[in-house]
Amino acid sequence: MNFKHKYVFLFPGLFVLIGILIFPIIFTIRLSLSGWNSYTPEMNFIGITNYIRLFTDDPRFWESFFRLSFLSVTTVILQYIIGFALALIVWREIKFKRFFRVIFLIPMMTTPVIMTVIWRTFFHESLGPVNDLLGNLGVEPILWLSDPVIAKFTVIIVEVWQWTPFMFLLLLAGLLSLPKEPFLAAAIDGASPFRKFVYVTFPLMAPISIGAIIIRLIEASKIMDTVFVLTSGGPGTATETSSFYIYIKGLREFQMGYAATLSFTYLVIMIISLTIIAKVLTKLMIKE
Amino acid sequence: MKTIKTYVVALISALLVLSPVAYADKWSDQFPHIKATGDIPGECSYESMSKKNYKGKTLKINTHAVPVMGEPTALHAEQFAKLTGAKVDVTHTPAGDLYAKAMVPFQAGQAPYDIVFGFSNFINDWKRYLEPVPKKYVEMKQMQDVTPSHIGIASWDGVMYQFPVDGDRHYLKYRKDVIDNPEYQKKYKADTGKELRVPQTWKEYGEMAAYFNGWDWDGDGEKEYGSAEVMKKDDLMYAAFYSRSAAYSKNPKTPGGFFFDLKTMKPLINNPGFVEALTDWVAATKYVPPGGINFGLGDEIGSFGGGQTLFSFSWDDAFVAAMQPDSPINNKVGAAQLPGAMKVWNRSTNSWDEGFNQAPFFVWGWAVGVAKKSKEKEMAFDYLCFFANEANHQADIGIGRFGVNPFRNDDFKADVWTQIGWDKDIAQSYVDTLAQMEDSKNRVFPLRVPGTFEFNAALATAAAKALAGQLSPQAALDEAAKQWEDILNRVGKDNVRAAYSVGVAMEDNKL
Repeated sequence: MNFKHKYVFLFPGLFVLIGILIFPIIFTIRLSLSGWNSYTPEMNFIGITNYIRLFTDDPRFWESFFRLSFLSVTTVILQYIIGFALALIVWREIKFKRFFRVIFLIPMMTTPVIMTVIWRTFFHESLGPVNDLLGNLGVEPILWLSDPVIAKFTVIIVEVWQWTPFMFLLLLAGLLSLPKEPFLAAAIDGASPFRKFVYVTFPLMAPISIGAIIIRLIEASKIMDTVFVLTSGGPGTATETSSFYIYIKGLREFQMGYAATLSFTYLVIMIISLTIIAKVLTKLMIKE
Repeated sequence: MKTIKTYVVALISALLVLSPVAYADKWSDQFPHIKATGDIPGECSYESMSKKNYKGKTLKINTHAVPVMGEPTALHAEQFAKLTGAKVDVTHTPAGDLYAKAMVPFQAGQAPYDIVFGFSNFINDWKRYLEPVPKKYVEMKQMQDVTPSHIGIASWDGVMYQFPVDGDRHYLKYRKDVIDNPEYQKKYKADTGKELRVPQTWKEYGEMAAYFNGWDWDGDGEKEYGSAEVMKKDDLMYAAFYSRSAAYSKNPKTPGGFFFDLKTMKPLINNPGFVEALTDWVAATKYVPPGGINFGLGDEIGSFGGGQTLFSFSWDDAFVAAMQPDSPINNKVGAAQLPGAMKVWNRSTNSWDEGFNQAPFFVWGWAVGVAKKSKEKEMAFDYLCFFANEANHQADIGIGRFGVNPFRNDDFKADVWTQIGWDKDIAQSYVDTLAQMEDSKNRVFPLRVPGTFEFNAALATAAAKALAGQLSPQAALDEAAKQWEDILNRVGKDNVRAAYSVGVAMEDNKL
């Protein structure tokens, strides 16, 4: 059948794709070549001035990027370990299995901003319950949000609490879909639970683990709400991440052109680095 | 007959005398917010607004989140809707996003909001998108009572763009029950050899705050601390830094700029005056409550207003909150001008001038304007006029969380405050403090130039790095000065100079 107009049916999808993906990227690139800001609100052309500024005169962006890398890698590793452990627990035949499955998912179902406000209240150094509790045990107040090092770990705690359930959900789905035969064979061979995990469960889970880690890395690299609410990037710039920095430049200081430069550069870096990470993980975790 | 005549005269006299009260009661019954005063006659009173008919029209307002300014906006919107029949949509936005929320549609040529709330230092960036306040409102009685400095803050080149609804300045708040306590005065003298008194300089402030830090000096079973300050980056901390810097850097002998040297447009924020202030501030991290380095304005209000600290300095809100009847430190607080310094930097001689110097900071305050592209300008100005009418204003300034602070001559009378339960001497010290600031000839006004946000954000980031120990005060301010140079180059020195000269003229008492 030679249906000449069949391509017409692709147009709706194509238009949507252009509208929500291609156009914003092209517009961002064009905006990044302009000096649009609060006092020059126009799409003038200033060439690669913004890119020169970024690569030669903006250490704060690169510091925030390396901080983001530390935060996202650390949180995702912790989420993977804890999520996998929880998934293994409820994968077994235990009492109240369904109850625990739901309980473990609750943090993910809460609104991140609201939960972060609650965490911020918990960790408030002088008025929050955590230091109050520690004080009753004779422990001096911990500077959860105002010490540059501890504040990073506070962000990690909140992120791990919020997003471990997502990892748990994906990994549990993976565990439930595993074939039974390899486990039966391992049992017949008398493999210990540890050896079963190392030689059967973990390798079989590798593809879904890679998927889960990559999805979480993509999400974690956009971390903004937790930082915004919990520390506002502080103390100083100790918890400032790339997306928060871009937000400050774009929507606080209204340097739209420069913020577009940061966004586009960040997008390119993320595409390249996540592609490399996915390849490395595949090589490390999947044995042919 | 004579008796009847006497009764009639007495009755008529009573009616005449009581008619304003009866008139007031009519509105305060419906609107309990103004129960203390009732309606006060005026062009934008409840009575006047009730005669307007805006049925079928919608007024759209973007304001701050509840409570500060967001709560009175919503309350007066509801009242305005009841009186005029208008529909009023109020959108609440966090402080940090108010600028962008208005600027994005402004720059796109749209007017999703008829009224936009923001800060008075936005005026330079916003003025081209705002409708000047019409003459009839500028000439109204209620506007005539606004102090000249607040008319100046709301105007640009003699044109009023922002409708005055709030007046702001930073001043010192202290615990009167401690500073005036003879036992503590004796103890402090014995331990330090110095007088315990309202701190005259920032050094004294620091010494007293450090002394009263970390022990239970009010006997409530909880530890108290030295000072609560706005130190959180991106949460108005730059204003706190300017307050601490003014005494060291605003030298009446060197007019022509506090932030920049108007002639050369060289940033002054890394001169020894500012560095001294930042060094003091870094020391202050040792006498704020645990986590005080992350205190935003709300935390500062809660901390001082809740009785946690000896001192605080910022806007009026913490003081008014502390003076509310439900406050644990009601009538235990005092107000005074910001501390001074025993030396001030002289940029002409490049050396310190020895001697006492004090410089009040008229920090930005809440400001509100009507979008030039609004289709409901008349209704919008009527709403703003109603918001700031005398009855609403008097009720609003007594509620700390509202963020509405004195800006009218009448507000500087102690009676206004004693009527809402303040002790007479506290009310007097409060209004005296405000009046002294108005009268000062060595004032600092907020930076109101193109790119204000960028300048303040660069300064805040640098100061925050110093507070967090990431950089030394000098290195942090050198970094900020370098960024200010970059911003100047991007915006254009002449553009900034032209705008800055207006603020400098106010500081140099030429406007």
